[in-house]
Amino acid sequence: MNTASPVLEVRGVSRAYPLPRPRPLAPRPVRQAVADVSLTLARGESLGIVGESGCGKSTLARLITALEPPDTGHVLIDGQDPNTLGKAALRRLRRAVQMVFQDPLGSLDPRWPVWRIVAEPLAGLAPEVPRADRRARVIDALAAVGLGKDALDRYPHQFSGGQRQRIAIARALVTDPDIVVADEPVSALDVSVQAQVLNLFLELRRRRGLALLFISHDLDVVRHVTERVMVMDRGRVVEAGPTAEVLAHPAHPHTAALMAAVPRLEAAWTGR
Amino acid sequence: MVEAMGQRRRLGVAAWTGGAIAALVLLVGAVSLVWTPHDPAVMDVANKLSGPSWSHPLGTDHFGRDTLSQLMVGARVSIAVSLVAVGLGVGLGVPLGLLAAARAGWIDEAVMRFNDLAFAFPALLTAVLITALLGPGAINAILAIGIFNIPVFARVARGAALALWTRPFIQAARLAGRGRTRISIEHILPNIAGALIVQGTIQFALAVLAEAGLSYLGLGSQPPEVSWGRMLNEAQTFLFLDPRLAILPGLAIVVTVLGLNLLGDGLRDRLDPRLEPRRGGR
Repeated sequence: MNTASPVLEVRGVSRAYPLPRPRPLAPRPVRQAVADVSLTLARGESLGIVGESGCGKSTLARLITALEPPDTGHVLIDGQDPNTLGKAALRRLRRAVQMVFQDPLGSLDPRWPVWRIVAEPLAGLAPEVPRADRRARVIDALAAVGLGKDALDRYPHQFSGGQRQRIAIARALVTDPDIVVADEPVSALDVSVQAQVLNLFLELRRRRGLALLFISHDLDVVRHVTERVMVMDRGRVVEAGPTAEVLAHPAHPHTAALMAAVPRLEAAWTGR
Repeated sequence: MVEAMGQRRRLGVAAWTGGAIAALVLLVGAVSLVWTPHDPAVMDVANKLSGPSWSHPLGTDHFGRDTLSQLMVGARVSIAVSLVAVGLGVGLGVPLGLLAAARAGWIDEAVMRFNDLAFAFPALLTAVLITALLGPGAINAILAIGIFNIPVFARVARGAALALWTRPFIQAARLAGRGRTRISIEHILPNIAGALIVQGTIQFALAVLAEAGLSYLGLGSQPPEVSWGRMLNEAQTFLFLDPRLAILPGLAIVVTVLGLNLLGDGLRDRLDPRLEPRRGGR
């Protein structure tokens, strides 16, 4: 494994969205969702991105997965900028970057059976894999997330929240990616299920050498799965460093504020 | 959670009633293809304007034609014209709506402004104009009714599709390298089918009314073809002499339209995702 060159490099990306005009003919105000963000992710590394909702975390995820192009700056995946590639090359590159979404039910088409959902990235990105082999790869991916063959012909609504997120993770794994971007992957799950899914991420990282970009507002979750962390506030990176260090000694007031916002059971008890 | 998903809302009594009426009309129309009590075109002047009897259960008209047979064939004509007209609206309107939703920007603007333009015309009056220009007849009636179904389905398809395009499973499909056309066909269309079926049922009812209106004015299907609208037209001369001739086709129209509307409303409660409470993921 080549650890010298980063698998993902983000160089000074910005993205602004136009807002509605406050009155007719007035200049359109813009909302700077992401402003001059840079980061690198080494092979097999796990980077957390934390911040309050609306701080630009999810926009950054869409830029990194090339769902949208940045206004300025570059995203480099294995040294290639997806926004400059032709369709065929982009498909090849997309295999390397897959994503897990926050709402597991919303990220699975309710009308599709599980085998079709999990096979979709193969069908779209790996046309050279013969149809006959797709099924085997889908079964492998489902096995990697702890689901059996009996899941293949069932529909998303027949699963629990945690199982649905496993299906979404299986879909992200089926093309054997180098990077998985996980946008709040456990925040819609019951606390009891969160730990299982987080442990699954840890295990997949270890076994597959997966680099993980883990977006969350939950510092406890980030502490559990990431080595490095970046704190974002209003589109900018305000603090970055090893997770343990940043969370133990927050240098930026915004990080400290985020830490303070974590509800503490003990505090509630002792406060009485 | 899983249990809650299992128990989908049932269709209400109104929907079942509507469905039964629609099925009955469909059945009567189908039967008329192979059998009617009498040939609806054969005149029997000796028996004109006769009341219900064993040989003519619903009586005869001023030429002695069997009213029941005419109503049966009229059902078939009504269904055929409406079905093709709605089919025309679905066939052209839904792709347009999907296209508009998939391609934001000027294509969407163009499709929707064209839609607004179409909605600015009073549909039935323009249908009259079209049949007057193209000449009366069933085919032209279908065209005239169908044209105004196109923007209706375009609008419904676009609205429902736009709501879906923001959903994560569509983003997942894009990450899977799927193009907009493919996503529209494989993901969007199956998920908006419910809304389209509901709209289709309601448009079908409107088409039955429009067809009756056009043939009442003599612009729909032509003799010897029978239709409910023309039966009404011919009956108005005898309105005071024999109101039965006007009441029977009128009832057929009202009951059919009512049935389809009841069915449409019932299906909407069940199928239209816009009315569904959010069945959340937690």
